[in-house]
Order: sequence, then C-alpha cells, then structure tokens
Amino acid sequence: MALTPLTATEMEASLHVWLDTEFTFFKVEELAAELQPLARDEQDFILGWIRRIASTHITLAWQFGRRAPALLPRMERRLLEAWAVHTCDVFDRTGLQTALRVMEEVDSFDAQQHRNDAAGALFDEIAPVLGNFVCGLSGRRLKLEQGDAAWTDGERIVLPPLIAALPDESDNFQLAKVTVALLWAQTRFGTLRIDFVELGRRYDDPDRALARVHALETLRLSACIARELPGLHREMLRLRQQLDTPLPADWQAFAVTLAHPDATESDSLALLAQAYALDTCPCWKDQGCLRPEAVATTRAARIDKEKARLRIKLAELLEEHAAGKPDSPQERPPPPDIDVAPREQNGALDFEITLDGAPLAPPDDVKQLLTSVYLDFGEIPPEYLSPAGEGEYDPKKVFDQPEDPDAVWHGTYHEKGAELYPEWDLGRQHYRKNWCVMREKGVTPVYDDFVRDTLAKHQGVIKHLRKKFEVMRDENRLDRRQTQGDEIDLDALVEALADAQDGREMSDRLFQQMHRAERNIAVAFLVDMSGSTKGWINEAEREALILLCEALELLGDRYAIYGFSGTTRKRCELFRIKTFDDIYDDEVRARISGIRPQEYTRMGFALRHMTKLLNGVEAKTRVLVTLSDGRPDDYFDVYRGEYGVEDTRMALLEASRTGIHPFCITLDRDARDYLPHMYGAARYIILDDVRQLPVKVTDIYRRITT
Amino acid sequence: MNARTLDPAHHLIEKEPYYEPVGDEIQLFEAAWRQQIPVLLKGPTGCGKTRFMEHMAWRLKRPLITVSCHDDLTASDLVGRYLVKGGETVWVDGPLTRAVRCGGICYLDEVVEARKDTMVVIHPLADDRRTLPMEKLGQIVEAPPEFCLAISYNPGYQSVLKDLKQSTRQRFVALEFDYPSPELERRIVTAESGVSEQVAANLVRFAQMTRNLKGSGLEEGASTRLLVHAGKLIADGVSPVSACKSAVAQAVTDDADMLKAIQELSSSIF
Repeated sequence: MALTPLTATEMEASLHVWLDTEFTFFKVEELAAELQPLARDEQDFILGWIRRIASTHITLAWQFGRRAPALLPRMERRLLEAWAVHTCDVFDRTGLQTALRVMEEVDSFDAQQHRNDAAGALFDEIAPVLGNFVCGLSGRRLKLEQGDAAWTDGERIVLPPLIAALPDESDNFQLAKVTVALLWAQTRFGTLRIDFVELGRRYDDPDRALARVHALETLRLSACIARELPGLHREMLRLRQQLDTPLPADWQAFAVTLAHPDATESDSLALLAQAYALDTCPCWKDQGCLRPEAVATTRAARIDKEKARLRIKLAELLEEHAAGKPDSPQERPPPPDIDVAPREQNGALDFEITLDGAPLAPPDDVKQLLTSVYLDFGEIPPEYLSPAGEGEYDPKKVFDQPEDPDAVWHGTYHEKGAELYPEWDLGRQHYRKNWCVMREKGVTPVYDDFVRDTLAKHQGVIKHLRKKFEVMRDENRLDRRQTQGDEIDLDALVEALADAQDGREMSDRLFQQMHRAERNIAVAFLVDMSGSTKGWINEAEREALILLCEALELLGDRYAIYGFSGTTRKRCELFRIKTFDDIYDDEVRARISGIRPQEYTRMGFALRHMTKLLNGVEAKTRVLVTLSDGRPDDYFDVYRGEYGVEDTRMALLEASRTGIHPFCITLDRDARDYLPHMYGAARYIILDDVRQLPVKVTDIYRRITT
Repeated sequence: MNARTLDPAHHLIEKEPYYEPVGDEIQLFEAAWRQQIPVLLKGPTGCGKTRFMEHMAWRLKRPLITVSCHDDLTASDLVGRYLVKGGETVWVDGPLTRAVRCGGICYLDEVVEARKDTMVVIHPLADDRRTLPMEKLGQIVEAPPEFCLAISYNPGYQSVLKDLKQSTRQRFVALEFDYPSPELERRIVTAESGVSEQVAANLVRFAQMTRNLKGSGLEEGASTRLLVHAGKLIADGVSPVSACKSAVAQAVTDDADMLKAIQELSSSIF
C-alpha cells in the first residue's frame, strides 16, 4: 500500500530546520508546494537528498531542491543520485562556486540525448574491472582515471563518468571495454609516437588533419586488435554496426592497406595527404579523442627520466654481473657491448639482453623500463644502452624520492606526497572521497632517564607481569591418552591391555602427542597524541608503552606502535614510534620517551591507515588497540561530536570487515556515552585513574589475546 | 570396479610421463643422482616440478614416493611410528624410511610447510653421511646409492616464517623452474590437453595476461597446469570462455572485480 503523500505544511517544517531558514531566508514554502503533488516515495527521495546535501552545504541543498522535482520525471534516480554525490565531491574539492556550476549543468540535460542513461556504464562501477583488464594487456602499465572524455596520454587512460550510447547495460560496458582497448592500442602500437604538433603545422587546417590521422590510426589499431584480441574485435564490430555509419567507399582502400600485419604509424602518415583531400571522415563512437598536447607533455617528462633510469639500472646490472667474476688482469676493461633485442612473440613484448654475446636475465624493473622506452621509440636507441658512469646522474632527481612530510608546508601545494583517506560523512550518508591528507612522520628520539626511571618505578609490576606473560607463552606440552599421536602412551596401553584381560572394553586412547603451540598474533597500538594528553596522561601513556614493550618482547608477538594527531583534515599525522619491523632497542625506547602531545584527535584516518598496515602483516590474529583520552575531536571542524563518532565507528567497521579485532582503552569517563556504539559492548575498557594505565594496559593486552 | 592398489615402494612408473625439458635440468638431475647429491626444486606452483620428478623416476627406473608436506607433518610422519595391533606394538615405516630401504626417490613437496623437526631427519640424509637415524627403533639406516632425496619449495611466498634455513638449503643442488617460454608452453598445452595449436597459443597468451596482473591484485598468475585444465575442458567441447572462467579465473582469485577483469581478458582473446 502506498503511503499518503506528505502535506506542504509537514514538509515545510523539516525544510525550515534543514535549510536553517532563520538565517538563510530560503523560501521553503515554494519548494514545499512543488513537492506536494508528487508521490510519497518521490517526496521521500528528494527530501532525503536535501537533508543529506544540507549537511554539506545549505545552498547546494536548496539548489538541488529547486531543480529535483522537475528533473525526476526525465532523469533516472540512479543518475540523480550520482549527480548529487558528484556535486558534493566537487564542493569538497574545489568549493561552492564550481559545485554550483555542476549543479547548473543539469539544466542543459537533454532527455533525448540521454535516453540510454539508465543503462549506462558508470565509471565508478566499471573502473575496478577495466583497470585490471588494462593491466593484464601487454606494454606500459596504464592507469585508469575519470575525466571529461575518453582519451589517453600514454601513461593513463581517461574515461568519462558515464558511457551510455546504447540501450543495454552490458553493451555499454562492452563499449567502454572496446574504448579502453583502442586507447591502450594507441600506446602499444605506436600511435602516440606520431608528433602531432609538428603534423598540425604542415596542414592549413590542423583539426581536419588531426581528425583524419585519428581515423586512419583507428583503422590500423582495429586491425591490430583483430589480430591480438579476436574476441574483443568481434564485439567491436557488433557495436559499430549499431552505433556507426558504414565506412565510406573511398576509405575502404585505406582499411585494406592498414590492416596489413606489418603496417605501422608511418603507413597511416603516408596515407594522410590522400585522406586530407577527402571530404568524408569516419568517426567511431569507441575511438575516444586525441589530445596531442597532453601526449607531448607527458612524453617530454617521461623520456629523459627513463633514459637516466635505464642507464643507471644497466650500470647496476653490469656491476652485479662483474662482481660474480674474478678480477681481470687488465686495468681498465673495454666498454661492455650491451645489446638488446626486442621480441614480440604471441602478443607479448619481451627483451633479450646480451652482454658481450652472453645472454643476461634482466630483472622485472629493467624489463618494464625497456618496454616503456621501446613504446616511445619503436626501438631501443643505442645511447640508452651505455651504462651510466659514476656520478653522471643525481639519483635524487631521477628516482622518485620520499617527500619530507614537513617540507610540503613551505609551499602552497599541501597534498603533495601524502596519502589520502576517505571519511564517512554522517549527514551525507556517503564517504567524502580523498578527504584526509595523511602523512607518516618520525618521532624525534629523546635520550633521557625516562626509561630507566620507569623501569625502576615499576620494578615490582614488571616482575609480576613477566611471570604472567611467561605463563602465556604457550609452551610445548605432551598430550597423553590421545586417539592419534607420534608415540604410544605406554601407561595407557598397559591399562588398556589389563582392561582387555578383564574382559572390559579396551580404550582406543593409546597415544601421546607433542602439542606445539605457536602464538601468531600481530598487534598495532595507536596512541592518542592530541594536546589534551598533556601532562599526566602523556606520562602515563609513555610508561604504559614501556611496560607493554617489556612484556611483549617476552611473548614474541609482532607489534607496532604509532601515535596520531592532526589539525583539520589537511594535516593528519601519524607518528612512527615502532614499526612492525623495528627491533625494540634503545632508539625505540628513546622514541617512546620522545612522545609529546601535539594537536587534535581526528581518529578515522589513523584507524584506516593502521588497518592497511596491519593487513600487510602475516598473522593469524590481528589486533588494533587504541589508547585514547577522549572522544574524537578536531579544530573548528564538524569532527567534534556525532560526525567524528560516526566516522570513527565506520573506520572500525571497515577494520573489522578485514578481520582485524579493534579494542579501545580510554581514560574518558564520559566514554560510556559513545564507546559502546563505536566499538561494541565488550571491546573497550574505561580506566578511571590515569595512574592505573601502565599496569592495566599490559593486563588488558593479556586478556584480549588469550 | 576396484581401483588398483599399488605399493609405492615397489611401484615403478611404467609409462613415460610427458615432460618438455626447459633447459638442461634432466642432465643436471641425472648427474646429481649419480653423484648422490640431493636436489632442491624451486619455482611457482603448477610449472611442472612434480611432473619433472615423475619423469625422472621413470627415466632412472626408481620408485617415486611423494610426500605433500603440510603444517602438521612431523618427523614421525616421515620416519615411522609404533602402532598397536591386537595388543602388540608394531613398528610401521614412514614414507621416507620406505624410500630409503628400497632405494627409491623420495620427493618432499612444499617442504617449508612441514614442522621444523622434520629437518632433523632430512639433514643426515642430505649430506655425505646419507643415513636415516631412527631414534625410536635405535637403528640407523644407511641409504643405498640409488636413493635420492628431492624437495621442492616456492620462493614466491616471501614470508619470513616460510623460508628454508641456510643449513638446509646449502645441502642441495638447486634446480630453478619457471613458466616455460610461450613457444614451449604452447607445445605443452597442445600435447597435454589435445587442443589445436591455435587454441593453445591463445591460452598461453591469456596466461601471460594474468601473469601481468601479478602484484596488482593477483598473488600468482595462471600456471601451466591451469592452462592444461582449461585446454582439456575445451577439447571436451566446453566453450573457451567458460573453460577459462572455471579452470583459470576461479582458480586464481575470489575477488569479484578481479574475476570479472580476467573474464574480460579471456573473452577478448577467444
């Protein structure tokens, strides 16, 4: 049974609240009047989104409300939703003005042109599949990105947000796949080696020339695909029959010439003058567009770097090779004669390196470089094969260097080299993509008496802890009276034989087995380094960490300690105190001693990053323990309050979903209000007294891991 | 119908197992066998290590005893143990002891998976002593010259826990196996599954595509064994695309997106 539609008055009440009309003066009455004639589920749909967008920006929500009722009959709900989320994303990235422009674009929405949108292939849905698909194809590794149209620059393939040329969803996916394959082929089969800029100069109408060379190349690449990927080619022909006009008669001859297996891009160029003269020019829906400037820019940036990289790598390769040989009596050996022969076999590109006539097995990274260079030139230029001399290149400039996390703040571009994490927006009921700008930083070790004092202060406790932890070290023991085992349990056997003599039933538990137990636990400790921990709490945290490490060393569990803090989403920082690979040594102790209170408690990003790190460690059980003194919070930000709690909860759910067991130890006495919601009833513990922390933490660890 | 029961210690492989040499591994193995040096086979799963062992056993006319190691395999599982039979204790030889006694080839597959105490019995067998101490019997069995110990190991796991110790690995002659070259792999697939050369070439091309995905979401690309499986299905009338799906894609991953991507790759080729 359909629900009765809401009345205008009912809706006005909610709209007043959501749109904050007391200050914004939006005329919600008009909006409510527009919504009134709609069916209840349509009303709910639009109202729901107004509420969700309003949590991001009220003006956007208002603009959405003004447009949505009119759009609903001619636009798919799925698209309307995607449009709303996209607007919010644009707002997150670039602010209100551009977001409003995106909002307005929808006015020019032509239902006729978009009649297939319902069955369209959305980028977000197809990207994971096609991204892997293009990875599987040979040649340079290409990334898949979303953009305004379908094109490639030789390092990435860009696809539009929606591909919806056909009424059938799977056909649209196939169209996207064919497009990706054609764009991949541009890199793989040499189209991008053409100097389009110079080409344009030679003709009066550069655009006309460009369109023709693109068409010629598409003919050639289609033939390449027919040879390489026959199954895909069949699909391509089927889709072209539905979408495109047949090839004009005067182009047929070109198709025949370019379909020859030996045809290269220079054959296309040779035909260009002829094609330029023709009035017709075929254009396929799947060919994407050509962006000569983008191709030239990325190529220019890549070429010198790769030349340097390859020469350095070859020098390394030679050095390794020479190290395996006895020293030659000559003072200076003659320059080595390196030869590289590319081999195209069965669609795969492979390289054979010979050094003075003897074959050399190139490592994968050298192969990748060779592939990339080969695709740029169609050969390996000889000057690329002379190994770099000592000091010829500065490796810092040639290889990507890890960024100094502090250096970025001197410039204006603050996201450089950082990892981006999403954040759950409660109001929007959607993630804010790439929202948190996270960097790992080091902690300056402080070599003082702190560790010694702590150990002395808690001497008794440590002794006690040691005892308890030693018991936990699940040692090998002999299990007797088993049904199976390595050896016969003689006692059991004698008893059983006696029983048999007596006429009683003989037991079958006659064996003994060595029980070997291995603890296989990895645990990450996430320590609150926010400003509020200053003083007692910070000290207790540090003491607790020292005691914990002392105890954990006994158990042999793998563990890592990270501190987190941050100011706003732009500066989320994780402090490395001990990684999983670090040994518990003086430096780690000094780093623990060097933990200082920093800024605020934004937690989501830290949990997400730790989840990623923990999942990289091989262990049967993974535990993530958070040590905190209060609720999630950030500087002048919505993070304070419900938003932060919900984001943290979401991050914890994500962690649980990957099989991690989260646990929280907190000093916040009010935590009972929010912790059960975040962690679940049995997954947290509240300490009333800071001084208990050092002793309790170790005890709690013992409890949660046994 | 009853299955034939074979005693591995006396069973010789009668029919030549199909094997395409990649390099000089046959010659190396024969030399090592003659010189009484144990052999370590390295290489990813499904590239022909077990088949190579069968082939060598057939060539050298020795019985082959294969033990697939698992993380609960102990030294007594290899050497033997006492069992209780009708009120008496009876000693029963384990597979390693049987191989030593009959001068066969003992092949320990994926040896890193076994418990660490198994190494204790392997070590004296793997150096010039060539003896198998049987503590529980109080005996030492000396291996005849025909006995050969071979172990296999996949270095691709890259886990600290699953690494061979130097003291173990330095007792063996190591033979490295990898996926065969495309040309050879095509021949293998054709010979093993009975598909046409063209189909085999396409299968090999498909396998290379999945190997390109290694590291970006796939742990391991499709092995030659999987290609043979797919080829056999195709030869039996299954369409190539669904054969690739069942025999290859589903075998290498559970991830939905990756499955679909591999599917798209195979449908692009066939």
